[in-house]
Amino acid sequence: MPAVRTVEATMLGKLDWSAIPLDQPIPLIAGAVVLVAILGVLTWVVVKGHLSYLWNEWITSVDHKRIGVMYVLLASVMLLRGGSDAIMMRIQQAVAYQSQGYLPPEHYNQIFSAHGTIMIFFVAMPFVIGLMNLIVPLQLGVRDVAFPTLNSVGFWLTASGALLVNISLVVGEFARTGWLAFPPLSELSYSPGVGVDYYAWSLQISGIGTLVAGINLVTTVLKLRTKGMNYLRMPMFCWTTLASNLLIVAAFPILTATLAMLLLDRYLGFHFFTNEAGGNVMMFMNLIWAWGHPEVYILVLPAFGIFSEVVSTFSGKALFGYRSMVLATMAICVISFMVWLHHFFTMGAGPNVNAIFGIASMIIAVPTGVKIYNWLFTMYGGRIRFATPMLWAVGFMVTFIIGGLTGVLLAVPPADFILHNSMFLVAHFHNVIIGGVLFGAFAGFEYWFPKAFGFRLNERWGRAAFWFTFLGFFITFMPLYIVGMLGMTRRMQHYDVAAWRPWMIVAAVGVAVLTIGVICQIVQLVVSIRNREALRDRTGDPWDGRSLEWATSSPPPVFNFAFNPDVRGEDAYWHMKARAKQQSPERDGPEYQDIEMPRNSPTGFVCAFFATIMGFALIWHIWWMVIVGGLGAWATFVVFAWRDHDEYVIPAEEVAVIDRVNLEQRRGLISMAEVG
Amino acid sequence: MSITATAGHAHTDPHQIGVLIEHPGPAPKRIVTAYGFWIFLLSDIVMFSCFFAAHAVLAGQTAGGPRGSEIFEPSYVAIETVCLLLSSFTCGMASIAADVRNRLWFHVSMAITCALGLVFLVLEFREFADLIARGYGPSRSAFLTSFFSLVGCHGLHVSAGLLWLLTMMAQVFAKGFRADILRRMTCFALFWHALDIVWVAVFSVVYLLGSAP
Amino acid sequence: MNLLDPQGPVAAGNSTILVDSVFIMLVIVVPTIFAILGFAFWFRASNPRARYRPGFVYSGRIEMVVWAIPALTVILLGGVAWIGSHQLDPAAPVPGTGSPVRIQAVSLDWKWLFIYPDQRIATVNTLTVPAGAELKFQLTSSSVMNTFFIPQLGSMIYTMNGMVTKLNLRADNEGKLQGLSAHFSGDGFPDMMFDVNVVSPLAFPEWVATAAKTDAVLNENSYRKLMQQGIEKDRPVYRLEDPRLFELIATQHIPPGPGPERISDAGRPHSGGHDAR
Repeated sequence: MPAVRTVEATMLGKLDWSAIPLDQPIPLIAGAVVLVAILGVLTWVVVKGHLSYLWNEWITSVDHKRIGVMYVLLASVMLLRGGSDAIMMRIQQAVAYQSQGYLPPEHYNQIFSAHGTIMIFFVAMPFVIGLMNLIVPLQLGVRDVAFPTLNSVGFWLTASGALLVNISLVVGEFARTGWLAFPPLSELSYSPGVGVDYYAWSLQISGIGTLVAGINLVTTVLKLRTKGMNYLRMPMFCWTTLASNLLIVAAFPILTATLAMLLLDRYLGFHFFTNEAGGNVMMFMNLIWAWGHPEVYILVLPAFGIFSEVVSTFSGKALFGYRSMVLATMAICVISFMVWLHHFFTMGAGPNVNAIFGIASMIIAVPTGVKIYNWLFTMYGGRIRFATPMLWAVGFMVTFIIGGLTGVLLAVPPADFILHNSMFLVAHFHNVIIGGVLFGAFAGFEYWFPKAFGFRLNERWGRAAFWFTFLGFFITFMPLYIVGMLGMTRRMQHYDVAAWRPWMIVAAVGVAVLTIGVICQIVQLVVSIRNREALRDRTGDPWDGRSLEWATSSPPPVFNFAFNPDVRGEDAYWHMKARAKQQSPERDGPEYQDIEMPRNSPTGFVCAFFATIMGFALIWHIWWMVIVGGLGAWATFVVFAWRDHDEYVIPAEEVAVIDRVNLEQRRGLISMAEVG
Repeated sequence: MSITATAGHAHTDPHQIGVLIEHPGPAPKRIVTAYGFWIFLLSDIVMFSCFFAAHAVLAGQTAGGPRGSEIFEPSYVAIETVCLLLSSFTCGMASIAADVRNRLWFHVSMAITCALGLVFLVLEFREFADLIARGYGPSRSAFLTSFFSLVGCHGLHVSAGLLWLLTMMAQVFAKGFRADILRRMTCFALFWHALDIVWVAVFSVVYLLGSAP
Repeated sequence: MNLLDPQGPVAAGNSTILVDSVFIMLVIVVPTIFAILGFAFWFRASNPRARYRPGFVYSGRIEMVVWAIPALTVILLGGVAWIGSHQLDPAAPVPGTGSPVRIQAVSLDWKWLFIYPDQRIATVNTLTVPAGAELKFQLTSSSVMNTFFIPQLGSMIYTMNGMVTKLNLRADNEGKLQGLSAHFSGDGFPDMMFDVNVVSPLAFPEWVATAAKTDAVLNENSYRKLMQQGIEKDRPVYRLEDPRLFELIATQHIPPGPGPERISDAGRPHSGGHDAR
């Protein structure tokens, strides 16, 4: 008998049948539904014979546009997962007054941990990285990012992390420690299950993906710009992309190191953050927030960039105070590294330390405020068209100011002494993350969707989605501010305080309204796909845009531009349009040349496959599988390094055929403008 | 549409000040690759600095276990340092050999680099094994935790570097000095030199400062 | 538990700063929101009366104002933060009438232990204090981190194993308040609420005398039992055998709480806390 058990332990590590939560219907049913959905989609793909299309055109694609779309798709799917967690939490808190509600603590605690982890790492991050991937090379007027294959590796590693988080739903458990897994609670003695391991390994894997994306985009912006695209001619979105990715490069290694220390504690009995042998919990707090605070700017800066593009386009004006905006962006980038201590004013640091970090945190509000005012003056004297992206932008400005107010309030140490960790704080960061990042992501989605797919989204459903989300946000989170003022702390599975009850019910109603908003968004997508012919964008410039992404067709050809555009000022495409109109018929029959593009490669997918195996094996202590995964990942890279042809040529004739269509449409657009 | 209305502003760039040097366009691949790798190295150094910070915080937390001065053997570490510094030199030779497309010297220099790296790793491994055998493993105290992690993290980087080195040699052997292989060689050399710099910091902060009684 | 209904000087200071800061910011936030909505409405494309000024993309004066407004606000608020951080530092003394009461609070899994070393008694999940006297708290944790917080008395502070944090408070009015843990600490976290009885300075010695008559004794052994994971629905009162118990806990002479019992190595979702309850 013992011998048999050893074999099992060698083969399967800690994994056995008890890992499947057969007694918990909710995760089991959810897992089953997801599994059926995935199998259904796969079956459909195989039966319809789309498998080779999927493999050749998407999974192995190294085209930055395709990868960007896949990032956004991943984020959208995970948004539904994280959103279901949110709904469950709001219902629990609405019913758990003087009772246990319907979720026992061990389940509820997993849900809020998963909700935070998923929303930050697998919704917000992939959404903004996806949009940056999709748009930045187009705005810079180049054919691809700096490292196309690495880009694919980055995406698939992110997907691998997301997959592991979802596997935890049905095999084992997720962390029950909150989204930052503070020790000593997350140490082995207080969290002996595999939850924290799922958390840490999925973040390690996706963290490498994020770092790769960050390096890639920094290099792209700094080294790959088309002729004449000086730094101070770059669209604002490129600037915020640069700032955000510089932050990724500087901050994500801190997360990697911190989680590595936690894992060493858990796996090998180290003493970084343990209670015993001199470990130091406060060090974890400092390290994790040294990453965590820049992280929120990693998310929100690209959103600022999106709003800059949207506000200027739909106001029909260049961005007001462009240089000021650049300065503000870079100021935020730098200062965001100097304020991490405001996340734990209540740890007993001295008054000088608290005050200095409090003031430093407020200083970030200055460049942020400048941005708001510059958007305001961009609208001033404009001719504003309220298409859906612009609605999101105006909604953002109003919402974000309130979030900014409460944020500065929390930066005042004596106020934080009574608001720290309260529902007020929860309301604050949802106010800036939903009102800032998510609204920005949705604005970018609506704004650039026609560029990515060649047809616009239905405006009526888009408006409905905006209004439900906007109102739903306020109905959900204003009550949370109030219960925070009534002393309610976060992460309570149940409570006995009567005064909190009504507000929790209002918040639950609010989340229902938010859900309607999300449903509207889905309906919008479905309706638009069905009516895509009517919504077709043939000109490549559906919004009368200003930057170079609108200078090519929608969707852009694989090489983006037949010729690298020559940029002569800010708002490059706007000036091109103006010039084209003045000096009508430009050179007819330009001389097309062969274009070399990077070949597709399964490296990213295969590498992430091995990374998933390795992560799963590490979580369950299946050591032989860890070695297999590691060797597999290394072998994948060697195979990639060994290949002899990494580029293919698109002949000039083919380029000509593709580009002439675009030129025709564009001339039509310009002449239409003349008539108009 | 609104284009007509702005025709007058078409050429006025309101923020344009003075004469300006036009950006020449995308950089060549060689530059882009090395530049990207530099950024990766910076991020790697940030990661190391976290372990350095942890060491600074935990160095005094011996929990009744040994202090640095009781367990470090300076002569051992001196040999390790010499090996690594020499290997950086030979790695530089390999880069030059690659630049002048001399296969023989490339392989010889890389092989010496590899050997020196291996000696370094063996010495480090023996130091670790010895400490653990004496009961001074990383679980003994927070000080030893941070010591093993910081030095071990560097050691892992060296191991990964050796794997990369051997892969590079095999590639040059099989494919010769192709442009993409030369770009990779540049990155490898950067990586190897960076590990040297990190080691200098480890040597000074952990061993020299830590040996003070 | 209303933060805007403070029952002591610290909470009053906190909430005053909170309200003041909000008003300082509202002065610029409200006009800005109106300006956003106003500009967005007036400059809508369908409004023929709005003048289209596409060239209006830079104005040195506006830039200066735009940087100055938030900067001035932050300077003002920074002053508030600086002075407030010093005056309301958790460790700063809060003078009161009568002699100060020393209280040593220990967060356990998942209950609060309050030790009165001078009175040689200890209570669980109830804190009885005299009105008007300075309350000098020393805090630590038996295992994971928690945050000690009585909303209506003000400033919260972390409790950490192997470390002692300090907090001084004062309750001005007699009555019943509630306190809680404000840092998530595991499955029993929501049950870490505790009662705060603020009694008159005369009634306090009486309460101490009654409490000291209890048979239950708190020493290292009974403390070790108490620190096992679990929820305490009763409100036990102990006689304190050794007034140095808190030091023994804080200096880890008594090792940290054990956490969940480890039934097996399998990653069962609730092999720990739930069963222990």
